[in-house]
Amino acid sequence: MDADLTLRINGTEHELTVDVRTTLLDLLREHLGLTGAKKGCDHGQCGACTILIDGRRANACLALAVAHDGAELTTVEGLAQNDELHPLQAAFIEHDAFQCGYCTPGQLCSAIGMIEEARDDGATLDAAEIGERMSGNVCRCGAYPNVVAAIADTIA
Amino acid sequence: MKAFAYERARDAAAAVAAGADGATFLGGGTNLVDLMKLGVAEPQRLVDVSKLPFDAIEETPEGRLRIGAAVRNTDLAAHPLVRERYPVLSQALLAGASGQLRNLATVGGNLLQRTRCSYFQDVTKPCNKRRPGSGCPAVEGEHRNHAILGHSEHCVATHPSDMAVALAAIGASVHVLGANGERTIPIPGLHRLPGERPQHDTVLNGGDLITAVELGAPAPRSVYRKVRDRASFAFAVFSVAAVVEPADGALQDVRIALGGVAHTPWRAERAEAVLRGAEATPERFAEAAEAELAEARPLRDNAFKVPLARNVLIRTLAELTA
Repeated sequence: MDADLTLRINGTEHELTVDVRTTLLDLLREHLGLTGAKKGCDHGQCGACTILIDGRRANACLALAVAHDGAELTTVEGLAQNDELHPLQAAFIEHDAFQCGYCTPGQLCSAIGMIEEARDDGATLDAAEIGERMSGNVCRCGAYPNVVAAIADTIA
Repeated sequence: MKAFAYERARDAAAAVAAGADGATFLGGGTNLVDLMKLGVAEPQRLVDVSKLPFDAIEETPEGRLRIGAAVRNTDLAAHPLVRERYPVLSQALLAGASGQLRNLATVGGNLLQRTRCSYFQDVTKPCNKRRPGSGCPAVEGEHRNHAILGHSEHCVATHPSDMAVALAAIGASVHVLGANGERTIPIPGLHRLPGERPQHDTVLNGGDLITAVELGAPAPRSVYRKVRDRASFAFAVFSVAAVVEPADGALQDVRIALGGVAHTPWRAERAEAVLRGAEATPERFAEAAEAELAEARPLRDNAFKVPLARNVLIRTLAELTA
């Protein structure tokens, strides 16, 4: 079964017709060539596919596209503005917060959503709290200390 | 993933009618879509109920909270009245899954999520819950994380929800719209022990739609303690939700529910009976824990859960009443 849907992705509106089995992750990667969001485990356990759906971080691999008709998506491709890196992207480079880079797009989108959530909660983001709130993003290279440092630097 | 038809429910009545006709409800999809990828769930018709107008958290005239079934886990955990009056619920939600998953997952879906037993999730293996009558490899196989209470020879799986354990301690009721109208089901009471029919996780029938969860009396003095194999983003090896109402040095009321030990969130009524009206002392806490766990029937590789549960329960009660 196919479905027609409209998504606003990184500021651009897309009208699409997709099989209802298509996840947002496959739609981004296979239909639109936006390969920033990564397919790691494809089961919601690694966070490499994390994008922002209507401003909130979510696992794109578990989200059926048809169920998010009308949503506004932000992927890692939409973070930089006019060739200027998002402050968090710059901090990741500054702090050497990745090795292979496969988890990085998910880490970036997750951290942006996480910072908003913490602001709403009135939470203090010390290193332990950042680690807890970022536990949905797994890094096989073990760059966690520098990921935490980059995030801490961005919100300082 | 097997092909299916998708529709967005027009209203609750249409969803119930579709459900009674064999359709499967889709909430946030964090468990169901995964099970569809694994071939464990093969719905032919998905009815998306996540956009139905059950997305509010409202205060009842009695000062309790009524939570719409489509409320996302993140929003429930962060709600100021939940944090103030039901800290155990907020803590349980935040102890579960990851930030990304909690943003998608709904309250109704959280209650109806399936066990994470590895045999249930592997279609190449027998499983009485997935394929009734095929057998339970977990009884003799990999069962370190499985049940120690209330299990049967047909199924030793545990219920994975942290939120449900908190609700069982608070005392909550689930509002259900079904083919014969509305009814409420208490928690505990929604989930059932496996017995001879482990394919049925709950007492719900086809077409029954959870519309809301109503919380019992405020539980400002409450806590959720979870033990897991890594510091975050893992299911409970053991968990406890405890609510106390102290008065004049004694425990006027105590409500305890355990997670990671049974096919349901496990209300620890034997422990509660020991503690009700008793003084809050380490000896009494130990007596209560031992009363509850006297019925435990651990499996070959999870006997460690019995002393773990005892010790965590004692310490949690001590901290909560300190």
